[in-house]
Amino acid sequence: MEAFNYRKAGSADEAVSTLASAADGKFLAGGMTLLPTMKQMLATPDTLVDLGGASELVGISRDGDNLVIGAMTTHATVAGSAEVHSAIPALAALASGIGDPMVRNRGTIGGSIANADPAADYPAAVVGLNATVNTNKRSIAADEFFVDVFETALADDELVVSVSFPIPAKAAYQKFPNPASRYAVVGVMVAQTGDGVRVAVTGAGPSVFRASSFEDALGGNFSASALDGLSVSADNLNEDIHASAAYRANLVGVMAKRAVAAC
Amino acid sequence: MSVNVSMTVNGKPVSAEVEDEMLLVNFLRDHLRLTGTHVGCDTSQCGACTIHVDGVAVKSCTMLAVQAEGSNVATIEGVSDGETLHPMQQAFKDNHGLQCGFCTPGMVMSALDIVKNNPSPTEQEVREALEGNLCRCTGYTNIVRSIIAGAKEMEAS
Ligand SMILES: Cc1cc2nc3c(=O)[nH]c(=O)nc-3n(C[C@H](O)[C@H](O)[C@H](O)COP(=O)(O)OP(=O)(O)OC[C@H]3O[C@@H](n4cnc5c(N)ncnc54)[C@H](O)[C@@H]3O)c2cc1C
Ligand code: FES
Ligand code: FES
Repeated sequence: MEAFNYRKAGSADEAVSTLASAADGKFLAGGMTLLPTMKQMLATPDTLVDLGGASELVGISRDGDNLVIGAMTTHATVAGSAEVHSAIPALAALASGIGDPMVRNRGTIGGSIANADPAADYPAAVVGLNATVNTNKRSIAADEFFVDVFETALADDELVVSVSFPIPAKAAYQKFPNPASRYAVVGVMVAQTGDGVRVAVTGAGPSVFRASSFEDALGGNFSASALDGLSVSADNLNEDIHASAAYRANLVGVMAKRAVAAC
Repeated sequence: MSVNVSMTVNGKPVSAEVEDEMLLVNFLRDHLRLTGTHVGCDTSQCGACTIHVDGVAVKSCTMLAVQAEGSNVATIEGVSDGETLHPMQQAFKDNHGLQCGFCTPGMVMSALDIVKNNPSPTEQEVREALEGNLCRCTGYTNIVRSIIAGAKEMEAS
């Protein structure tokens, strides 16, 4: 790993101002993606601003019909939270299926969505549940947040503060995990929300996307059989040693049906 | 840059001047000579480096030494009572839960974390909770047996 300066921020404001004073700084959350990336020299920041001391970024609360999760809340905390289990059980289940116990003990929701790995789980929840990402500067709608492979709407110096999930009538997440890493080969979140049925797909494309033909079909008839005969196009889907684009396209249909059945 | 870090490791206070980029596992192994904690990969996948920080299982290869400032760290060296093995270590020995032993320190530290959260886990629960610990030798069957036996022994004692 290249040398860098470590700075621990005591608050979100201090994190933002410390990052602003660095030439090429990065926020450090759980480090579960950033540190391995730095070991492989794929990232060489000159400064790491540790968010671990910013206690206002940790926590889960109810705000009317929304469940608000602080950026530094770990996957293990979300998975074990009674509040999440009662409001959005699908979200607790999703968090409990990320990686392994040690990854869940350190990895955070803010780090996961800022990183925007095409195979990450949380993006399916953010888009599927029509969440809002709150930063130090603004609120970003889920449909605007994820842009491309490892690319989000965040500016370089923008800090994710929390994610606000409207509580759905019903929701379920199903993934076909990579057997080694548990990342999603394909993962699908299906939700009945205030603005209709949403179907968000992760793992299959360069970035999370909505399967609009599935949403339309489920809007008329919310049952797995409503998806019979429907499919997403394999064009532009990911292809690697784990699965071809055509296989992923098929999995989208299979996971979506399983998610509807699990709702 | 370097920074002074202080923490408690296996009940003893330690402090040292370390580079900002020093990983916690390297601090344990190279500074404190606690070489029971192993490094089996550079992708945060194998779990050979598993330790407990403030009572929670973490991969010490994916944490900076400075991030453990002020923490209570437990490694495999602190598990036995002198020459008397901890019931979980004894269970690994009795159930042939190790072959080359490279993964074993991480397995035992994960096992203790599993039992802390779930005092009598089922085979399926143990298998799921071992997702982050890889073993190249045993095929896991005897590790799972060891953990279930160790858990029973810990409940009894
Ligand atoms: C073995 C292994 C298996 C895994 N399996 C899965 C899996 O099955 N599913 C899954 O979804 N993920 C998986 N992950 C990834 C894991 O969930 C990470 O925790 C997550 O992607 C990154 O979160 P972090 O808190 O560790 O962030 P970090 O690694 O600390 O940071 C990641 C990036 O986000 C930026 N960042 C962090 N916090 C903020 C913030 N608040 N605002 C703005 N930018 C920020 C950082 O600067 C960095 O660029 C796995 C990781 C490992 C090592
Ligand atoms: S050394 Fe492999 S996970 Fe830490
Ligand atoms: S005993 Fe050899 S790697 Fe597990």
